Amino acid sequence: MISKEEVKHIAKLARLGLSDKEVGKFQKELSSILDYFEKLKKIDVSDIEPSSHPFEAENVLRKDEVKEEQSKRNKKLLELVPETKEGYLKVKSIF
Amino acid sequence: METGELTIKQAHEGLKKKEFSALELCRRYLDRINEKNKEIFSFLEIVADSAMARAKEVDEMISNKKEMPFLAGIPCGVKDNILVEGIKCTAASKILQNYTAPYDAGVTKKLKEQKALILGKTNLDEFAMGASTEHSAFGPTKNPNDLTRVPGGSSGGSAAAVAADLAVFALGSDTGGSIRQPSSFCGTVGLKPTYGAVSRYGLMAFASSLDQIGPITKTVDDCKIVFDAIKGKDELDSTSIDLSKIPHDKYDLKNVRIGVPKEYFVKGIDPEVEKIIKSAIKKYENEGMRIEEVSLPHTGYALPCYYIIALSEASANLARYDGIKYGYSVANQKREKENSLLDVYLQSREEGFGPEVRRRIMLGTYALSSGYYDAYYLKAQKVRTKVIDDFNKVFKKVDAIFTPVSPILPFKIGEKIEDPLSMYLVDVYTVSVNLAGLPALSMPVGSVGKLPVGLQIIGRPFEEDKILEIGKLYEHF
Repeated sequence: MISKEEVKHIAKLARLGLSDKEVGKFQKELSSILDYFEKLKKIDVSDIEPSSHPFEAENVLRKDEVKEEQSKRNKKLLELVPETKEGYLKVKSIF
Repeated sequence: METGELTIKQAHEGLKKKEFSALELCRRYLDRINEKNKEIFSFLEIVADSAMARAKEVDEMISNKKEMPFLAGIPCGVKDNILVEGIKCTAASKILQNYTAPYDAGVTKKLKEQKALILGKTNLDEFAMGASTEHSAFGPTKNPNDLTRVPGGSSGGSAAAVAADLAVFALGSDTGGSIRQPSSFCGTVGLKPTYGAVSRYGLMAFASSLDQIGPITKTVDDCKIVFDAIKGKDELDSTSIDLSKIPHDKYDLKNVRIGVPKEYFVKGIDPEVEKIIKSAIKKYENEGMRIEEVSLPHTGYALPCYYIIALSEASANLARYDGIKYGYSVANQKREKENSLLDVYLQSREEGFGPEVRRRIMLGTYALSSGYYDAYYLKAQKVRTKVIDDFNKVFKKVDAIFTPVSPILPFKIGEKIEDPLSMYLVDVYTVSVNLAGLPALSMPVGSVGKLPVGLQIIGRPFEEDKILEIGKLYEHF
């Protein structure tokens, strides 16, 4: 069983607000799923290479150039931003 | 206009022979949606005007005797985690309730090039996280075969729309079974293509090493038509693959060998489901196909392995919904006390995401966090290698693998929603396929009462055509 403190810590890492009432609920639910994940403890894979993809993936590179259709799209993307100022995304002051 | 249940093939022929116009066909489906969507709730958003406008273009093509692509004038649905420019795309989440897609997904572009009629966006579990479509922030979709039961998920809206004939076909996405399981539950045909066969550009990322877009249709032939229309390299998805460069061995269907993994027929499967799957396999055997028992020894580890990987990737992918760039935000809301930057993150995500999405983000964050990374994420990646090896070994002996899609029949709405782990266990037969990136077809092969049961046909990488041909045989038995 993970502790209530751990639940709060994970929620903060994940940038998820959590009400006090929910801490206990998530503690119970996350613990039962994490217990299920313990199943993997039974298998020894210490000498096995990890797979990040189903097949071998290679890096694909392209030139970093401005494309016309992308600049046209910028306006549309900025329209979706909750707070903007002079064509920039605006965030709260961090100082 | 009365058309009955139409397949793509039939609709295409009907349009060409002028039995009905594209506009009539479009109206007929919009009418059906008007009539039935309230009770089934497969569509979140209907875009009648643009569908009708495109239908008129198709009718002009027909009267000008222009070459007609297969999907021209065919009414379809698109899962609401796939972008269609200018139309809302919500992922069935409150956090994107007012988000309008600023561009077309790769597959959307291809549908539009063929002049398919996109009728609207279909319901899903929020961010494709679920197996029942009950996790939609806007309400559950119902199974058209029994309205008290779930249609499966996460592409439940797409499968239900096709099953209820509110669309001739639909697109879904599949991260751990999200096309195949709803197809099994609704009685439709669904294909999860090989990883890389279809562009993921413009698909909202859930788990990037597992996600694929694929078709949900009424027949295997239709499934091939849609797959052929959407597959191929897209410069904007670096993991998509030019399929013409992949060599294919010639094969004779008569010599195809099928493996049946013994690990898929153990405790936990509904005996009625098992009976139907075994009798379907028997039919293939009676028609002369060679069936043999095979072993995928790491099957029992695949589900926890899948969930650790999928949720780790999800926790990273969903970090983009931060209340700053787009989507629901408390930044411009008046609150009791002035928000700090951290408050904007915490509150926007708390209020925007539903409970299942928050649960999954937290599990993924935990698995990736300092001190747990090796025990969870790295370990799961190593187990993934074993799961892939299992398939590689078996595919040296056989051409395809037959399994059930789901261990259970469509369950009652509300039955599993309070117990997240029980919902995860439903995915037991579908997740290995995503870990290994393989193509797999779900196809109806029987039913228990009104409730359909699907057979899963798993193929080697990029052998979609072979599993589709094998599936098609069954329709003629």
